[in-house]
Amino acid sequence: MIKVENLTKRYAGHTAIRDLSFEVGQGEIMGFLGPNGAGKTTTMRILAGFMPATSGRASIAGFDVFEQSLQARSRLGYMPENVPLYSDMRVTEYLDYRAALKGVPHRRVSERVGDVKDLCGLRDVERKLVGALSKGYRQRVGLADALLNEPDLLILDEPTIGLDPNQIRQVRELIKNLGKQHTILLSTHILPEVEMTCSRVIIINKGRIEACDTPDNLLGQIRQAGGVIVEAKTGTDNGAEELRKISGVRDVTVNREDDWEVFRLRVESGLDVREEIFKLAAARHWALRELSQRRATLEDVFVEITHSDQIGLG
Amino acid sequence: MRKFWALLVREVRGYFHSPIAYIVLVFFLLVTGADFYFQVSFMNQRPASYSVLEAFFNSVFFWFAFVLIFPLITMRLFSEEFKLGTIEPLMTAPVRDLQVVLAKFFGAFVFYIALWIPTLIYFWIFQKITNQPAAGSAGAYWGSYFMLLLLGMFYLSVGCFASVLTRNQIVAAIISFCAITLLFFLGLVQFVLLEVSSGMRDALGYFSAIEHMGTFSRGIIDTRPIVFYLSMTALVLTLTYQAFQSRKWRL
Repeated sequence: MIKVENLTKRYAGHTAIRDLSFEVGQGEIMGFLGPNGAGKTTTMRILAGFMPATSGRASIAGFDVFEQSLQARSRLGYMPENVPLYSDMRVTEYLDYRAALKGVPHRRVSERVGDVKDLCGLRDVERKLVGALSKGYRQRVGLADALLNEPDLLILDEPTIGLDPNQIRQVRELIKNLGKQHTILLSTHILPEVEMTCSRVIIINKGRIEACDTPDNLLGQIRQAGGVIVEAKTGTDNGAEELRKISGVRDVTVNREDDWEVFRLRVESGLDVREEIFKLAAARHWALRELSQRRATLEDVFVEITHSDQIGLG
Repeated sequence: MRKFWALLVREVRGYFHSPIAYIVLVFFLLVTGADFYFQVSFMNQRPASYSVLEAFFNSVFFWFAFVLIFPLITMRLFSEEFKLGTIEPLMTAPVRDLQVVLAKFFGAFVFYIALWIPTLIYFWIFQKITNQPAAGSAGAYWGSYFMLLLLGMFYLSVGCFASVLTRNQIVAAIISFCAITLLFFLGLVQFVLLEVSSGMRDALGYFSAIEHMGTFSRGIIDTRPIVFYLSMTALVLTLTYQAFQSRKWRL
């Protein structure tokens, strides 16, 4: 559905993306991750036909986004970051206007506008001015707009930014449902969201692709695949060293909370060392109040891959 | 065509949804109303060799209001979209750049025409009350309003061009105000500089809005200004189109 080859975009003074190549297949939900300024929005804007690349090619449904821009754009639903809208129009009026722009056949406009309003939960505000809507509703108007022409491909730039947790959940559900009929490319900072919705993930950093795989594979790949948290009262100072001797434990850090010590263990992936820890604690007569394993998340993957410029985040 | 129509309707509605439209309307009708009143009272005092219509369209009041309205009408056209970012959803919809440029131009043109329609009432009232014609002939009405359209087209296209250059509405307004004022006074240069060649004088004469309006409001239709304004409008709109496309490379 999307094919990107050696895409490079240079602005005056700096390179936003370099030599990007990836493909998104029919029906996939592709998550697009990266720190701020990594080039996500630039890539999406190029795909949406808003600006041309400096070099390289990109096509949507077989149409080059620059040479055959109109055809490519008419197969696309794009929701820009922060959803700029005409604040002086009413919701229905705006959607009618957008439907006409997108070439929805005249007799189908009211049907399509009705459908997207139902889908995005806009019935309550359909007569309101766009400028008077809350952030959440504006976001939904943007999404409704993107869906108007029943596009093959949806490109959503941070669809859940600025939403409250309930709204995020609603939008996530919506995207998941949309994924059944549409190909979706979405960028976001909310990583649990990606884990839950996306079938594949691209992580870009400083304009380059650092990883491109399914969330599960990415989780399997990282070194710090997981960890164990132990809270114990050891009464000695060498608790950490004792724990480090357990095979499979790579690293231990200690924090003190009153009389208790909190150990964070980094463990080789695929190993469960909790039983060993329990035996150790029992043998040394340590008091235990927590012994839990933390599964690696996409957040760990993200931090590990993009670590170099996340100073002070460790 | 349907996309163009949708864009055009949105532009025209955009005017009437914003307070600027009403401010411009009120300002404009006040100044032209005052103009009309003064011309009529002035002509009441002594016999005049010209009609009310001619006086109305050739007064300082008229030109003052005339030059001022274009920046106000056109400054928001592109600048606002750049500033608010609405250019992004607009240009990622399957519409052509040319459709957008023309829709914006004609949207402004429709508003401009709407601005002038109420002034017809002045002449109607005059005729009702005095039982005298306000113009020398019917052709004078056609001529002066036709000239208004031609001049309007040209100056609106200049305003469009100014607006496409910047994301700041104030800057757009200042650019178009300066450009329109310069173009307007270009026609007067021939009366100021005495040492210009006759060819130069003729060339400058083409820019003389005052002279053209003078001719047309007497009901004399000259084809030279018609061709001049239409082709200048086309030229400036072409420039606007090019500048609009260039945004892709400047981003």
